[in-house]
Amino acid sequence: MSSNPQNAATQRPVLELKSSSFTVPLLVLNKYDLHLISDQLAFKVQQAPEFFKNSPLIIDLDTLVKTTKDIDLKALFGIVRKHKFIPVGIRGGKPEHNAAANELGIPVQSATQTNRPTPKPQKIEPAPVAEQQSDNVKNQTKIITHPVRSGQRVYSHGDLIVLSQVSAGSEIMAEGNIHIYGTLRGRALAGVQGNSNSRIFCSDLQAELVSIDGIYKISDDLNDISSGKPVQLFLNEQNLEIEYL
Amino acid sequence: MARIIVVTSGKGGVGKTTTSAAIAMGLAKRGHKTAVIDFDVGLRNLDLIMGCERRVVYDFINVINEEASLNQALIKDKRCNQLYVLPASQTRDKDALTLEGVGKVLDELSKTFKYIVCDSPAGIEKGAHLAMYYADDAFVVTNPEVASVRDSDRMLGILSSKSRRAEQNKDPIKEYLLLSRYSPKRVNMGEMLSVDDVQEILSLHLLGVIPESQSVLNASNAGTPVILDEQSDAGKAYQDIVARYLGEDVPHRFINEEKKGIFSKLFGSK
Repeated sequence: MSSNPQNAATQRPVLELKSSSFTVPLLVLNKYDLHLISDQLAFKVQQAPEFFKNSPLIIDLDTLVKTTKDIDLKALFGIVRKHKFIPVGIRGGKPEHNAAANELGIPVQSATQTNRPTPKPQKIEPAPVAEQQSDNVKNQTKIITHPVRSGQRVYSHGDLIVLSQVSAGSEIMAEGNIHIYGTLRGRALAGVQGNSNSRIFCSDLQAELVSIDGIYKISDDLNDISSGKPVQLFLNEQNLEIEYL
Repeated sequence: MARIIVVTSGKGGVGKTTTSAAIAMGLAKRGHKTAVIDFDVGLRNLDLIMGCERRVVYDFINVINEEASLNQALIKDKRCNQLYVLPASQTRDKDALTLEGVGKVLDELSKTFKYIVCDSPAGIEKGAHLAMYYADDAFVVTNPEVASVRDSDRMLGILSSKSRRAEQNKDPIKEYLLLSRYSPKRVNMGEMLSVDDVQEILSLHLLGVIPESQSVLNASNAGTPVILDEQSDAGKAYQDIVARYLGEDVPHRFINEEKKGIFSKLFGSK
């Protein structure tokens, strides 16, 4: 086969070059202290180690270049790799840094304007799962102290706590988590606006239906669960799992 | 100011009218001027149970429509001069009842009466809603049977949200559980829900248990509220209930199976 580009164009394409965008965590460095950077990065990773393992990472040098002259990119990449990240770019550096990066096989990302507000120092984006929850969910926890009777419906924009029983034929719904410190005989739906991290906690599960972010189980599926024992329900991948507390 | 009691259930046929008649008679016999009103327009029964069906001239709808005065419609009971019955209409339907109309009648009754017992129809529609709207106390009559318990639970939800007290954010209606047609024998055999089972599902204050009794049918045939049958267990149960409602501390009877004495075994029970 001839490697003539003209011929290549007329043959059946084996590849496509497309435009796409990905969300990649950005490591914003404020001070050029390699030891501190390594330690503090280690601390961040420790909070959710599996989440960050082999994660791509882009290093933002914008603040650093204002205060530091000599930046050893090779050392920085080494630290990043040590903590199981894979560096895939730098941005905000001066021409000499960009050249050094390219030489190390790391591309330079354009320093485009972000519409996000100024990132807090050393904040890694996207934030780990736990932090995201409090940003998105309006913190309006609804607390119900009386029994929820058959036919009643309760809705909470945040979390929902019920300190009594939930009768058969009633529905309780929350955009966040649901806690029932009593017997659940009705329906409980958590994460109703698409929050798959919501959980349901229940002292006594005898529910007609439980659902988290649309994934549900009905009373028949809950036959194995002994009543009277506290349980928690959560989503694992697309499976609704139940665990005794 | 009168105390308005609604006798309700959700489910039909559990003993609301029997209970309304018995409670009203019980309160009146203790000297309190009591009115009992039939809210079941088109399917009236209270007049039969009270034994005044042959003296009905005007009814509840007539009074609401101002076709008759309250005094013309109220029927005084022949056995107790403190008890008055306001029958429902048999020819009209429940659309003739209005919230304001009912409120006006209750206001007028409140001026002279101490207790007003509202006998609710079955269901959760307009008739039942109007019967419970102005209530201060609710006697939720329940049979120890799953369908009745579920319906009572539904009714409790409605009481706590659609009554005047709920809408005006006042103290909520006081809810009482009356467990009727109870058979301790069947409970012991595991066929029937026990008091504890029902309490677990409803979480409600138990005012009393009324045993399944043949005397109830006899009483309704005779047009006498069963509470007047002092020999019958149902009659005694209702007397206990009236006493408890008025604040007396009466231990619960009829929950456990009675041990039949030798004479009962030889000569049969009532």
